[in-house]
Amino acid sequence: MTCRQIGVNPACSRTKGARSGISLRSVGFSWCFSFEVSISLVKNVILLDSEGKRVAVKYFSDDWPGLSAKLAFEKSIFTKTHRTGARSEAEIGLLDGYIVVYKFISDLHFYVTGGEDENEIIVATVLQGFFDAVSLLLRNNVDKKNILENFDLVLLCLDEIVDGGIILETDANVIASRVAMRGANDDVPLSEQTISQALATAKEHFARSLLK
Amino acid sequence: MASLPPALKKDDDIDDDSEYSPFYGIEKSAVLQEARCFNDRELDARRCAQVITKLLYLINQGETFTKNEATDVFFATTKLFQSKDIGLRRMVYLMIKEISPSSDEVIIVTSSLMKDMNSKTDLYRANAIRVLCRITDGGLLGQIERYLKQAVVDKNPVVSSAALVSGIHLLQSNPEIVKRWSNEVQEAVQSKAPLVQFHGLALLHQIRQNDRLALSKLVSGLSRGTVRSPLAQCLLIRYTCQVISELGPNSQTGDRPFFDFLESCLRHKADMVIFEAARAITEMSGVTSRELTPAITVLQLFLSSSKPVLRFAAVRTLNKVAQTQPLAVANCNIDMESLISDQNRSIATLAITTLLKTGNESGVDRLMKQITNFMSDIADEYKIVVVEAIRSLCLKFPQKYRSLMNFLSNILREEGGFEYKKAIVDSILILIREIPDAKESGLSHLCEFIEDCEFTYLSTQILHLLGNEGPKTSDPSKYIRYVYNRVILENATVRASAVSALAKFGAVVEGLRPRILILLRRCLYDNDDEVRDRATLYLSLLSDEPDAAQDDAKAFLFQDLDVPLENLEKSLELYEPSERPFDLAAVPKDTKPRHQTEKKAPTSKEKKAAKDASKKSAEGGASNTFEAYEKLLNSIPMFAGFGKLFKSSAPVALTEEETEYAVNVVKHVYPGHVVLQFNCTNTIAEHLLENVNVAMDLIEGEDFNQVATNPLASMPCGVTGQAFVAFEKPEGACSLGKFSSTLRFYVKEVDPSTGDADEDGYEDEYQLEDLEITAADYILKAGVSNFRNAWESLDSESERVDEYSLGTRESLQDAVQAVTTILGMQVCEATDVVPSNARSHTCLLAGRFLGDTQVLVRLSVGIDSQKQVAMKLAVRSEDPSVSDIIHEIINS
Repeated sequence: MTCRQIGVNPACSRTKGARSGISLRSVGFSWCFSFEVSISLVKNVILLDSEGKRVAVKYFSDDWPGLSAKLAFEKSIFTKTHRTGARSEAEIGLLDGYIVVYKFISDLHFYVTGGEDENEIIVATVLQGFFDAVSLLLRNNVDKKNILENFDLVLLCLDEIVDGGIILETDANVIASRVAMRGANDDVPLSEQTISQALATAKEHFARSLLK
Repeated sequence: MASLPPALKKDDDIDDDSEYSPFYGIEKSAVLQEARCFNDRELDARRCAQVITKLLYLINQGETFTKNEATDVFFATTKLFQSKDIGLRRMVYLMIKEISPSSDEVIIVTSSLMKDMNSKTDLYRANAIRVLCRITDGGLLGQIERYLKQAVVDKNPVVSSAALVSGIHLLQSNPEIVKRWSNEVQEAVQSKAPLVQFHGLALLHQIRQNDRLALSKLVSGLSRGTVRSPLAQCLLIRYTCQVISELGPNSQTGDRPFFDFLESCLRHKADMVIFEAARAITEMSGVTSRELTPAITVLQLFLSSSKPVLRFAAVRTLNKVAQTQPLAVANCNIDMESLISDQNRSIATLAITTLLKTGNESGVDRLMKQITNFMSDIADEYKIVVVEAIRSLCLKFPQKYRSLMNFLSNILREEGGFEYKKAIVDSILILIREIPDAKESGLSHLCEFIEDCEFTYLSTQILHLLGNEGPKTSDPSKYIRYVYNRVILENATVRASAVSALAKFGAVVEGLRPRILILLRRCLYDNDDEVRDRATLYLSLLSDEPDAAQDDAKAFLFQDLDVPLENLEKSLELYEPSERPFDLAAVPKDTKPRHQTEKKAPTSKEKKAAKDASKKSAEGGASNTFEAYEKLLNSIPMFAGFGKLFKSSAPVALTEEETEYAVNVVKHVYPGHVVLQFNCTNTIAEHLLENVNVAMDLIEGEDFNQVATNPLASMPCGVTGQAFVAFEKPEGACSLGKFSSTLRFYVKEVDPSTGDADEDGYEDEYQLEDLEITAADYILKAGVSNFRNAWESLDSESERVDEYSLGTRESLQDAVQAVTTILGMQVCEATDVVPSNARSHTCLLAGRFLGDTQVLVRLSVGIDSQKQVAMKLAVRSEDPSVSDIIHEIINS
């Protein structure tokens, strides 16, 4: 069946040279695309705790005007996702009409939201960048206590990942080194630890968790 | 409160939290006090950074600052530029962005930020650019433009990106300035740093998006070159699609420009690029299967990925493709089926609904078995999506109603919230209405459901339906047990509606009446007033000897109200208690909303689903209005001898909207007569029209003889009234004609303030548009559940086949639409939708001709390269002469 169709259809497209709807459709298209690009690619980045309470958030769009709308959205995505096991791989869903990609670690829930027509994989890349950068900066001790104690780093991290909705950087190493202002000055406390050191700590941490 | 155990537990939790959180017990006023340290002569950088973090934490938690507080904090923060501490400087940047100072305050930090913009440290420069562009206004931009332009081509990617991203933001407010950077941005697009390329491309596109030629050049240049960043590649794919959709396919070869580029992106190493390209191909307008195949293949690979995000992206895209091209997706069915058990329920639901769209009739049963296992462990909102998909599947394959109905009734018995149950009940109600065969089994499923239903709203809705439909079934008595059980077991609202339903059985089915009376008598001792009142009322109506007044009351109670409820509600609200009783006949019978949906239907062709829905509602409404019309006409003595009403058309407007008098006509067809019902509305408050009559003249056709008129006595402003004209025509014939008509009436001036009419008036007339009696008026839409069987069962001797040329048409869809409109028949098996690039198509139509003769039509159309449409029409009917009439209709 499919084979026959393949044979038939090229001819079809020929006959459709001057489609009537084309001008109308293309207007819709170009508008839609310029819209998509001029407005943010990422709607928000949200970090919640194990009870769904806000730890750190950053909104880049006006889709949720006012605090109550934002909190309602956070509550909604939390209740819809917190039972899923998004621990090893990032999970995804179309929640309240938005693409939401999420990943959990210990008592923390990371979310990144994109528009309904956004490329899901791009949104997931942003989440991964945020997640990994935070892990690097906190030397793999990612939990609520550590996040709050290093709240400045988390905020800087968010600042380096997305600017006004436009993705600034997705490579966790680059993000982490920019947050630490590595290379800005030689005597910055956090720059004492290079990425390879951080990775070494991570390995050690991992090994210990295996031994337990 | 603390004494209660749960509250105590909560307190414990908070104690635990306080150990973790450095922000425990944080208060705005205290932090603002602490912020005074910003003014210290000897700055403690560490402490200042901590205070800023606390302030930012408060903002992050949703705390807001008053204007004065914000100003104070801002001024204090600007002092911190004195410190050389890097960590502190970063926090200062963040703080300034969060506070977003007003334009007269910006000036204070400008010089500090400009100094940072020229610093040796790249990260300072990048951040200073971002902050400055965020808070700056047009005037200041002129001063810093030179630096920004330089920054765009800076060798450090972080600086370059910062300038480009800021440029994208600034383009909204100051396009003329950013457009001057074109050359620099173009250089940035060629950068070796991936993200710079991405930001450069985004900005360049924004600058040039209104220049088609430049855009086309940009795309053709880059699609040949190498784009390093996957993100930039995704953007390029989007822009390419934009160019493709504007250019259209090459008229000579039929190839799309740049399609090769899209196809090559399917072999890119980054998943996001592969997916972007695949999705772009599926979304191209008029995509062919040859173009689709490679895209579907890569999406199919994603389906078995270990990453949920990839599976979700692929299944969502395939689901969209399945809406228009189910066959193209059918290849993925095996992978889809394995996704039914996916851990991620969004993926599983999308897989199910895709399968329901692509599946063929034979696969339905197997699919239903799989879904049954799946339904138990998903959330209600997903279940609703599945129920809706099953409903549309059932309407697509009506002969599968048995297994689908069983499925619906099974899930109806399981646990679920109100919205979910309502979706199921609504689906069953729709199936009962659309598929006549499914009625009895549907009703008995619903009966079982109300035996154990916790939702009053659903119980009453079902009881009402049982009261209407139950008595018309072959064995009405079996429903009585279910209905009476409600009287014994339920709350007052349900009991009351059960009593009404019982009474309807008693009224319609003569044989059951004594038993119903016994049951109703038992209800007289109910606890609730409403239930007792209803029982008393119905008892007296059903048990007493019939007389005229009682007949009226019966008709009123047991038949549907012939006025729309919302109109009745409006009229009752307007009614003021007075000597004059409320007149039900004065309630307008026009339903405005329905007219709107009917008008909307053809325009929203693009959104197929929406169209289907509105059509359904219009058709559903039609069956109700038909009964209402029938009753209305039967109430007029002069039409009583015409026999059984065959068909009533939809109202046709004979005047423009918003004119003095709005008139529409409904054509009622009887075997030997045609009655025209003119619904007239007077919109002039100063006029009262009396003795409203419609004068008709036959322009074309000779079969019609006017036999009766029924004028409208009085027509005050805003109230719709009906005038009737009846014509005689040869019995059973399909007589066509065209009439001119004029509204004649007697006008009396009315004083709008008092509402009193003058004694004297004058005669006047108002020209209406011509009206036609067409063949479609003699054909009733009547679907068959299995077209093939119905077709085979009709005598092949009655088949008449002929070929026609329909001339040049825009598309096949156009041609099919035109023919189905002329014939006014029911489309079967959703064959009225022509796939977007098909060259030929067969549409199945069913209907009943005047005299209740079944007619089936197979309509095959084909289109050639010159857009000439040829049509083959095969008609079978219970009466061969009717087949001929159908051909005559097409011929004329």
